[in-house]
Amino acid sequence: MSLLTVQNLQQHFPVRGGVLRRAVASCKAVDGVSFELGKGETLGLVGESGCGKTTLGKAIARLLKPTSGQITFDGQDITHKSMGELRPMRRNMQMIFQDPAESLNPRHTVRDILEEPFIVQKIGTKEERRKWVLDLLDKVGLANSAAEKFPFEFSGGQRQRIGIARAIALKPKLIVCDEPVSALDVSVQSQVLNLLLDLQRDMGLSYLFIAHGLSVVKHMSDRVAVMYLGKIMELAPAEMLYHSPRHAYTKALLDAIPVPDPSLRRSRKLLQGDVPSPINPPPGCAFGHRMKHPNWEQSVGMDLSLKEVSPGHWVQLCPCCT
Amino acid sequence: MADAPKTSASLHRPDGWEIVRRSKPAMISLVFLAVLVVLAFTVPFFLPDALKTTSNGAFLPPLASGVDAPVTHVCGTDKNGQDLFYRLLTGAQVSMGVGIVGAAISLIIGTLYGMISGFMGGRVDALMMRVVDLLYAVPRILFIMIFIAAFDSVFKDWLDGIRLWSQEAGWKRLEEAAHYLMPYSKIVVMIISLGLVEWLTMARIIRGQVLVLRELTFVTASRAMGQSNWQILRKHLLPNLSTIILTYLTLTIPAVILDESFLSFLGLGIEDPAASWGSLLKDGAQVINPVESKWWLLAFPAVLMSLSLLALNFLGDGLRDAFDPKSAD
Repeated sequence: MSLLTVQNLQQHFPVRGGVLRRAVASCKAVDGVSFELGKGETLGLVGESGCGKTTLGKAIARLLKPTSGQITFDGQDITHKSMGELRPMRRNMQMIFQDPAESLNPRHTVRDILEEPFIVQKIGTKEERRKWVLDLLDKVGLANSAAEKFPFEFSGGQRQRIGIARAIALKPKLIVCDEPVSALDVSVQSQVLNLLLDLQRDMGLSYLFIAHGLSVVKHMSDRVAVMYLGKIMELAPAEMLYHSPRHAYTKALLDAIPVPDPSLRRSRKLLQGDVPSPINPPPGCAFGHRMKHPNWEQSVGMDLSLKEVSPGHWVQLCPCCT
Repeated sequence: MADAPKTSASLHRPDGWEIVRRSKPAMISLVFLAVLVVLAFTVPFFLPDALKTTSNGAFLPPLASGVDAPVTHVCGTDKNGQDLFYRLLTGAQVSMGVGIVGAAISLIIGTLYGMISGFMGGRVDALMMRVVDLLYAVPRILFIMIFIAAFDSVFKDWLDGIRLWSQEAGWKRLEEAAHYLMPYSKIVVMIISLGLVEWLTMARIIRGQVLVLRELTFVTASRAMGQSNWQILRKHLLPNLSTIILTYLTLTIPAVILDESFLSFLGLGIEDPAASWGSLLKDGAQVINPVESKWWLLAFPAVLMSLSLLALNFLGDGLRDAFDPKSAD
C-alpha cells in the first residue's frame, strides 16, 4: 500500500479585485494532480518556476486548504482535517525548505530550533530532549557545540543540515523537500544530497523531492514527475524518463541540463517565453500553446489526463507534444 | 593562531549594541539620561528638609541664600519660596515616570493589537486597521481632556470602593495601595489616557513587521510541525519584534512626556504640590512680565525638558539605525 496518495488535487487561490475585494478570478496553481508515493520511495517533482511545485508540496503538507481532490496519507484522508486534527499526523510528515537562512528563526539557538518539534508534539522530558538534540546534530554531521550557537554563525550548507535535523527529529515517514539544495553552493549541494540519501536508507524515509532542474533530481529519485502549469505532464521511473522521454516539455528540460564538455554540445531547442499565467490558462495543451505548435488546436477539448504508455510510464498524450 | 576564532567571529555583521556605541549622539544621550534618572531618584533624599518646603523667600534668583534657613537655592525659588532645584528633580521623577508608564501601556496595547491584526490578515486585519484610522482622526488632546474629566472622579470612587472592600476582607496590602493611590488618581487616569492615545503608531508598525515576518519560512516550518498560532506569535514573532518594540518605546516616551507637559501647562494635568516639567513651565510662564524678569522659573525647566526630549529622540534614532539591517552596512 502506498504511503501517500494524491487524487485529482486542485489548489486554487482567489484573485480579488474591485472595491469589495470579491474573488474575480482564480489562480489555478495546482490543477488536477494525481500520483502515489510508496514507503521508502523518492518521487522527484520538476518544473520551471511558477509551475506550482511548491504549492503542491505545501498542499500535501496541509499548510493550505486544498480546493478539491483528495490526499490520503498513511491510510488517513487528510484533505479536510482542521489544523488541530492534523497535529498528531504532522509527526509523520515534515518539510525541508529552500532557503536555510530564512527557515531558521534568527533569534533561536540551534537547541531551541531542534527542541521545538518535541515541545510542540509534547514528547520527552527536558533531559531527554537535550540528549535527542545532540543525537540529531550527530546524525546530520554537526558538532555538539553547535547546539548553543545561532543560525547566522553557520554556513549555508550547515544551516541546511540544521533544517534537515529539525525535519527528521520526529522520525517522520515522509519529508517534503522543497528545493533543498537550490540555494546552496554547488560544492556543498552533493554533500547535502548524500546526507538525505543516507538518512533515507537509515530511517526508511519517503521523499517528495521538489527541484527545478532534472540534474539534481536524477541523483535522488526513483520516479520523476514533470510538472507544467499546475499539471503533471509526464511521470515515469527515473531511468525511463531520462532515456526515453515522451513529452516535448520533458525533452526540453533534459536539453537544458548543462553538459561540461563544449564539444558535446547538442543542437537543442531552447524554450521560448515564460510559463503562462495560471490565472487564465490557455485551453487544451498549455505547453503546445506556448510552443505555438501547429497541432495545438487539435488538443483543445481533448481528454488530457495521464495515460500509461508503458508499465509505470504515464504521459499526457496530446497531438502537439507527444 | 590562538585567536583565529575571534577574528572570524568579528567578520559577521556588527550587532546592535556596537552600532549604538559607535553613534556619538546616541551614546551621549544614553549617558545623559542615565545620569538624569539616577540624580532625579537619589538626590532629593539627600537634600536638607529646608529645601523641600515652602519658605518666605519667594522669587529668589539662582545661587541666592535662603531666607528662613542657611541654604543655597541653586536654581532660585518660586512664588511660594520653594526651591526650584528640588522641584526640578521631583518634576523629573513625575515626567519620566508618566512617560515610561504611559509608553509601556501604549506598547502593550499597540503590540498586541498590531500582532493580532497582522497575523490574522484578511478581513480582520482590514477592519482592525480601519479602527486605527478612525482613532487617528480623533483629536488626541481633546480625547485626553474628556477622558480625564469623565474618569477622574469615577476612578477615585473605584479606589475608595476597593479600599473599603479590602478593609472588610482584611487585605491590608491592597487597602494600603488603594489609600496610597488616592491623591494620585488624576495622574493615574492621565497616564492611562496617554497610553490609550499613543498606541496607534506602534500598532501600525508592529502590524507591518508581522506581515513581513509571518511569510518567512521559519513560521511555515513551525506550522508544519503543528505549532499553534498563539505559540507562533509568542515564540517566533515576538522575539523578532523585540528590537522594533524597544526602538519605538524610546520614541514614544518623549511623545508621552510632551503630551503630559502640554496638559500640565494648560493646568489639566499635574497639580500642586506635585510638580512636573509641564507644571513648572506653567508656573514660570505665569510670572513672566516685562517689568521684572524671573527668567530662572522658565529657563531651567525648559532647558532640562528640551535636553531630555532631545536625548530620548537621539537614542531612539540610534537604536533604529542599529536594528535596521540596511543602515548597518
